Amino acid sequence: MRAKTTIRIGNGQGFWGDSVDAPVRMVEDGPLDFLGLDYLAEVTMSIMQKLKGRDPKAGYATDFIELMARILPTMKKKGVRLLANAGGVNPQACRKALFAAARKSGVRKLRIGTVQGDDILPDLPGLVKKGVLLHNMDDNRPVTDIMDRLLSANVYLPTTGMVEALDRGAEVVLTGRCTDPGLTLAPMVHTFGWAWDDWDRLAAGTVAGHIIECGAQCTGGNFSRWWEIKGWDRIGYPLVEVAPDGTFVVTKHAGSGGMVSVDTIAEQLVYEMGNPRSYITPDVVADFTSVKIEQAGRNRVRVSGIKGAPATDSYKVSMSYRDGYKSTGQLTLSGPDALAKAKICARALWGRLRRAGFTYQQTRTEYLGVNSCHEGIVGEETLTPEVVLRVSVKDPDRNKVNRFGREIAPLVTSGPPGVTGFAGGRPKATEAIAFWPALIPRELVRVDVRMEDLT
Amino acid sequence: MKVPLYRLAHARSGDKGDGSNVGLLAYNQDCYEIMRQQVTPAAVRRHFRGIVRGRVERFAVPNLLGFNFLLHNSLGGGGSASLKNDAQGKTHGMALLLMEVDVPPRFKLPRVGSTGALAPAGQLREPSRRGGVATGGRRSPRRKT
Repeated sequence: MRAKTTIRIGNGQGFWGDSVDAPVRMVEDGPLDFLGLDYLAEVTMSIMQKLKGRDPKAGYATDFIELMARILPTMKKKGVRLLANAGGVNPQACRKALFAAARKSGVRKLRIGTVQGDDILPDLPGLVKKGVLLHNMDDNRPVTDIMDRLLSANVYLPTTGMVEALDRGAEVVLTGRCTDPGLTLAPMVHTFGWAWDDWDRLAAGTVAGHIIECGAQCTGGNFSRWWEIKGWDRIGYPLVEVAPDGTFVVTKHAGSGGMVSVDTIAEQLVYEMGNPRSYITPDVVADFTSVKIEQAGRNRVRVSGIKGAPATDSYKVSMSYRDGYKSTGQLTLSGPDALAKAKICARALWGRLRRAGFTYQQTRTEYLGVNSCHEGIVGEETLTPEVVLRVSVKDPDRNKVNRFGREIAPLVTSGPPGVTGFAGGRPKATEAIAFWPALIPRELVRVDVRMEDLT
Repeated sequence: MKVPLYRLAHARSGDKGDGSNVGLLAYNQDCYEIMRQQVTPAAVRRHFRGIVRGRVERFAVPNLLGFNFLLHNSLGGGGSASLKNDAQGKTHGMALLLMEVDVPPRFKLPRVGSTGALAPAGQLREPSRRGGVATGGRRSPRRKT
């Protein structure tokens, strides 16, 4: 039995596309009890649904399988248990691939728990028939407005399913859409046996998860005073050392780069925050204005005092739908007069398209190096030595969007001098995906936990 | 005396619903007080006039000496539907730090350096070839919690 004193929970992946080596370093370079890996951004779910539509064995984070082949033997040896939402929209296919990878890497025994119930795309027609219209949280339109364009619909599941899987001995917990902080909260509830109405502790675990869920963003990544950070090339990913009362220390493995300070943690606390007094998850409502943070040693920050309130009576649903097509192209303009010439190119491009009969629902012209990030805040530099012109369109008509892509290269020979950087061919129309956030009553969602052993 | 906010605070931003959020964190109580008075939703809306198309909301986070700003409709659609280079508001934190505020003539600015090219020369050392030590030499300013 694991001693129920302090447990160490790490994060080795903040999104699908994050460092492929960070989880390996987390497992190998220091003591750890649980490792959480977050693969699912909103846009990821729609991509996975498309892949699954083409191949019923697809629809999960394939990177995860490659990774597991590398770390499973060490995980088994050290007793590290893993939680990952890599299952995407097909956790069972992910589980099968994982068993195959485990066998290949010489692992003989492995218990996997899969948590499902988040994917309500097949249930939507039935729900609508029952009068559950999943109104958009931003503009209150009913989901029937976009039913024919829906790509994915996933409920942010409560953490109960992951805890049940751990309680039943899962060494790897695979989920689809769960909350990101839940990957960190689940091991705490499992180990310490917290009650599901112990709001302060559930809030503490949720805050811990919020701090580490974006990987290195709390260990020096994205830090305002970047010049204080050392060892960018071996930046450490975070872990929390949690006590049974829910207080915790954020730190990283000894010898890694980066920094854990009161300021790096404070910045991550406010990342993607709404109302700081009510951070709503399916498990609890956490009050971020109750958080107390203090330096507790080099690269160690203690977090305590966290208050929580009862969970709400609904879950959040994240839906994605087709929203026309878009395309983006770029050209590089050298000096002298880079910006002036870039503006001539832009005017020529839009003018030529208009003369050819093409106008668009939405267009955008940006000058990278001048105004693409801080438009209206930083004045246009007159000494810009070179500039990248970035032009984009969006429209329901795919052909029109592709026509735009053919209008960029001609500027190299029919525009002002010093135009270059047109590589990689004509930009093609890609599908634009939009999101539809909504709430669903709790009682309409079933969390389904399945345990399976490698044999 | 006018100074940019990065002399008084640090910040982080990301996407949030139909827009972005910026968490602005003061280096001390005096800086927090100046922010409370001058970095109002209206002032932030004005500063972001080229970017924000909706309203600006402000929430106090006094335990972190900070404010959280919600910049509604600031991403040109957001997610994969946006045509913007910065479709997730990742740079909005740095943008807010460029906003100027008035400080009294004798105001004691925190000793934290400043962003980018304006950082004191000694702070922008080349990374050590041997890999160096794990943490920066400069202490974070003390924060009352």
